[in-house]
Amino acid sequence: MIVLACTVAVFAIGAAMLLNLYRLLVGPDTPTRVLALDTLVINAIALVVLIGIYYGTSIYFEAALLFAMVGFLTTVAYCKYILRGNVME
Amino acid sequence: MTGIGEFAIAALICLAAFFLFVGSLGLAKLPDLMSRLHGPTKATTLGIGSMLIASMLYFLLERGTLSLHELLITTFLFLTAPVTALMVAKAHIISDKGSRKALPPTGRKCSWAVIDGPQAERPAQD
Repeated sequence: MIVLACTVAVFAIGAAMLLNLYRLLVGPDTPTRVLALDTLVINAIALVVLIGIYYGTSIYFEAALLFAMVGFLTTVAYCKYILRGNVME
Repeated sequence: MTGIGEFAIAALICLAAFFLFVGSLGLAKLPDLMSRLHGPTKATTLGIGSMLIASMLYFLLERGTLSLHELLITTFLFLTAPVTALMVAKAHIISDKGSRKALPPTGRKCSWAVIDGPQAERPAQD
């Protein structure tokens, strides 16, 4: 039953990532693209955790944690760049 | 007992997939950025939360090991999601000419734009 749920979830998350990619390519302005990138990272974390459940290994949690940290840092850095024209000052 | 646990894990995974998909659909379908912020910040956070609970339950019930990595990821994501939403909304308000004009006056020397932020105010205090 878990394998079936994982298969369904992989397809749903793949469709969600395609929708995010659409918004990333079409998005009319820069903050929308930053938001699409952030959502893409969250979906990628969900996919990594799902792969961890599917294969039954706990190796992937470090990858998910790194994804979470790097995704947050890139989003904040992008927004800071839009706001001030500089990342570190 | 194992059947109930397996059913709970599968239901949580399906719930997580549904909420992640709904959040991304909202991001793709809604008309402007302030409405688009709702999808990723609420639905997607709920989805990833239930996915991490499903992972914790899986390793607790099926493998017999308690893993606390998921709690770490959940705490981090739940702390950073509002900060991300605030930063994106602020960047949208400042970079959009129309909504920047609609902001009320600050009553100080510097404007709402953080480009001339606290540095512009400093000579007035001396």
